[in-house]
Amino acid sequence: MAYEFDFGAIVPHWQLLLDGVVLTTELTVIGAVVGVSLGTLAAWARASRAPVISQIVGIYVELIRNTPFLVQLFFIFFGLPALGVKLSEFQAAVLAMIVNLGAYSTEIIRAGILAIPKGQIEAAQSLAMNRVQIFRYVIIRPALKKIWPALSSQIVIVMLGSSVCSQIAAEELTFAANYIQAVNFRAFEVYFVATALYLVMSVLLRWGLKIFGNFLFERRSHV
Amino acid sequence: MSLVELHAIHKSFGELEVLKGIDLKIEEGQVIALIGKSGSGKSTLLRTINGLETINDGTIMVAGKKVGDRDTDVLTLRLNVGMVFQQFNLFPHYTALENVMLSPQVVKKQSKAEAKDVAEEMLAKVGLADKMMHYPDQLSGGQQQRVAIARALAMKPRVLLCDEVTSALDPELVNEVLAVVRQLAEEGMTLVMVTHEMRFAREVCDKLVFMHQGRIHESGAPEDVFANPKTPELASFVGGLA
Repeated sequence: MAYEFDFGAIVPHWQLLLDGVVLTTELTVIGAVVGVSLGTLAAWARASRAPVISQIVGIYVELIRNTPFLVQLFFIFFGLPALGVKLSEFQAAVLAMIVNLGAYSTEIIRAGILAIPKGQIEAAQSLAMNRVQIFRYVIIRPALKKIWPALSSQIVIVMLGSSVCSQIAAEELTFAANYIQAVNFRAFEVYFVATALYLVMSVLLRWGLKIFGNFLFERRSHV
Repeated sequence: MSLVELHAIHKSFGELEVLKGIDLKIEEGQVIALIGKSGSGKSTLLRTINGLETINDGTIMVAGKKVGDRDTDVLTLRLNVGMVFQQFNLFPHYTALENVMLSPQVVKKQSKAEAKDVAEEMLAKVGLADKMMHYPDQLSGGQQQRVAIARALAMKPRVLLCDEVTSALDPELVNEVLAVVRQLAEEGMTLVMVTHEMRFAREVCDKLVFMHQGRIHESGAPEDVFANPKTPELASFVGGLA
């Protein structure tokens, strides 16, 4: 018996899918902004010569990069309540994404920082700039520029990885798809549409990051 | 009182002792060249003067005040001591003007207008009034080095250190940079330079310091140093150049 495709069966559930897309977007935007900020600070700490902080950051990075995202998510959502930290599904999902992207972006951004010629930092030191000023005015923009493509890819990976958050019932796109196919048994159609939506979101995200990068690193005089 | 006084400076990189007790006084308005073979410690010595190299032993006094090892001490020291490098080290994401304006704004908290006035003056002084809006990669090596000099001067240092400022330049660009350094010397700027431009050193400097194996082997007025070297090492160094 041939399977009869019926994409119309999804139409009544469009609101759920839309809500899923919105939640996935929210998770990604917050996770990316906070995660990359965290990664930037951590990379600075790791590239600096403060041995204790550098080692703490090193442990964080290796811990996150060598364990599955799903387990990190479960730990935050199911494990932390034992310590009295109860988070909603959304909070747990966002936190997991921040922590995860924070670790990966630490290593990416650190590579960018290390690629800044030492002479430029010495020049800034010779101009009596302090560490914070040197990082802010001399290091961070050229460093991010060098690694922007790699960082953009990592953000897309984390956006796609957010599908795992359906496992703690965060109602993002994959959760919505799971729910719909459980109701109408149209697994092919539902996941086909969900896949297409992820594809579109990825392409848009990449494009948006490229535009944002161009804006950030564009040569424009500030005088 | 000398502007900068170095006393018994010792510096090692691991097992290798590169400065073995240096005493040097730099007077206001003096132009000093550090000469010697590579590995003799002249660049390291220059870099200790503004704290880019920490010292293992000895004291540095700037304008009568001892430089301690706290971060703030080093920052204060660097307000008085500017530096220009072999590799220019301009900030690639800023225009020439912004390179010069940056530190006066963020370190000295000058207003943008004030910093811009100073920067324009300094860039005009080094002959780059028409290149202010150019980025470093749009400038020749000689132009980049002149921007770097303007950038250091905008902080109004009392001493300017020049670390082989023409060594990375194509021969035809050396003179435009030397002309700027010569002009600074004539205006009474206190300069300490590591250089291989012996003729320039001879013409412009008040004092030559010959370094050999981590020590000041011989020093004096350029005519004396070149005409009557007292040690065989200096004689061979000077002879090798002729």
